[in-house]
Amino acid sequence: MNVLATGGRTSLWVSLGAVVLAVGAYLSLAVGVVPIPLSDMLSPDERQWMLLSQVRIPRLVAVLLSGAALAVAGLIMQRVTQNSFVSPSTSGTVEAAVLGILVATLLVPGISLLGKMVVAIVVAVAGTMIFLQLLQRIRHRDPIVVALVGLMYGGVLSAITVFIAYQRDLLQLLEIWTTGSFSAVMSGQYEPLYAVLAVGVLGYVFADRFTVVGMGREFATNLGVSYLRILYTALIILSVMTAVVVVVVGAIPFLGLIVPNVVSMFMGDHVRRTLPVTALAGAGFVLLCDVIGRTVRFPYEIPVATIAGVLGAGVFVWLILRAARRPGATR
Amino acid sequence: MIDIKSVSHSYFDGAPKVLDDVAIDFPPGQVTALVGANGAGKSTLLSAMSRLLVPGSGQVLLDGVDVTKAAPTVVAKRMAVLRQDNRISARLSVVDLVRFGRFPYSSGRLRPECHEIVERALEYVDMTPMRDCFLDELSGGQRQRAFIAMVLAQDTDYILLDEPLNNLDMRHAAAIMQLLRRAADDLGRTVILVLHDINVAASYCDRIVAMRDGRVVIDGSPDEVMRAEVLSEVFGMQIPVHRVSGQLLAMHWAPLPAPALQAV
Repeated sequence: MNVLATGGRTSLWVSLGAVVLAVGAYLSLAVGVVPIPLSDMLSPDERQWMLLSQVRIPRLVAVLLSGAALAVAGLIMQRVTQNSFVSPSTSGTVEAAVLGILVATLLVPGISLLGKMVVAIVVAVAGTMIFLQLLQRIRHRDPIVVALVGLMYGGVLSAITVFIAYQRDLLQLLEIWTTGSFSAVMSGQYEPLYAVLAVGVLGYVFADRFTVVGMGREFATNLGVSYLRILYTALIILSVMTAVVVVVVGAIPFLGLIVPNVVSMFMGDHVRRTLPVTALAGAGFVLLCDVIGRTVRFPYEIPVATIAGVLGAGVFVWLILRAARRPGATR
Repeated sequence: MIDIKSVSHSYFDGAPKVLDDVAIDFPPGQVTALVGANGAGKSTLLSAMSRLLVPGSGQVLLDGVDVTKAAPTVVAKRMAVLRQDNRISARLSVVDLVRFGRFPYSSGRLRPECHEIVERALEYVDMTPMRDCFLDELSGGQRQRAFIAMVLAQDTDYILLDEPLNNLDMRHAAAIMQLLRRAADDLGRTVILVLHDINVAASYCDRIVAMRDGRVVIDGSPDEVMRAEVLSEVFGMQIPVHRVSGQLLAMHWAPLPAPALQAV
């Protein structure tokens, strides 16, 4: 009997998460070369307000939106592919988005952020579609094998990207998109991130269909859900979310893999119920990584991607060991 | 009525036909068993009937409409299907799974009467005490009952089941068969199921359709099918049939004539 599935416990977890998120948000606003104490937070002087409105609040918003978006993108990908070991950052979506940004930068020098975003989205959708095509052709349905195919596919895509960047002497630029960091986020250049909100709402609208598709093609067909149509809807939604985040802040490893898995452990895989919690947890995780990254080498910063990589790898190993102890639980 | 019009299918070019020009119809209100040896084409036929598989040629009409061309939700409200191999990776609770049986009607927003139907379906398969368990915490038989409850919650005129008694103990197997029988008798439902055990088919079904090598070899009442020469043609083995307490019994576990009992 799983008591966590009941409504009361779920809302307890959500409220607990919200408190943690609030504390993290305060820290995110307060920590920095110019510390802002809690007493000043509600009535900041002009200099403090300048700092808050131009840098710290945009940064906080960007952290929350990117964390939520990448976690939800991972959740949707895992559900519709019925595989807990795939995620946009380990199955080619992120790599395709980076390739898209590079191509856009090369073909249209000085292209706007929005222009880059459009190209990144198109290439990310195409890249993810190729992965899904691969997936449907693989005889071997073992989840680990599928995840490995995803990793290799992502590796091939990023090899192409690195090759092009190397030829054009753009390797350093590549670093910016592959290593997510919020240090450059400020008012006036992070706003395209708000697009993930709209896409997230769309994902929520389709949540029950994603759950049905996650039960497999035959169950979906029986319930009158067009399997392929929903699969491709999911693909577009998760690719857009991923590409937007990669363009604005860069890739954050493991997030899309571990956050949905941990939420699923407690709450199961009913997407309409887990999606809001996954979004909150993803936001909280990135917030935590960002605050850690800003404090451990103060006053310098460690990119959020590095912190997320270290923390995420640990959680990931734990998830794998746990899955190995309980065969069948991951299938 | 489900009307199968000369359906043929092979899984790839040049492969032997798993369905070879099958033409058969299923009028409403009956319980029909599909029987036959492994590879006879029973499951493929069931998949073709329920649009899980588009046959190479021929068509399946549900009340005159091609099932592959009708609106998916319209078909889902009239016909429910449960396949044999039901491994789903999603961790859902039993009650959530059964609620998804209402998806064709509700698109996820369940009305009060939906909840009632869901609770009744859980009750029917004796799964109410386990309603909040996750599927991966259940035994094979319990999971099978949860899936059957989902199909019942779909509340369709046609119920198609592929070996629904797999994994079930005797008590629950008998209960499911009685439930399906009642669904046909009291509610006028049409039940078509693939069964392995010819004796279960004979005691609960109105009609037995026997297949071999992708073809229907016999289609008749239990009395017409439960004969040694017919069973030998269908299954390729000698099976003595006896009448025990008024019930025809194919002794497939003892393929030698049993002298103590009078052969039919």
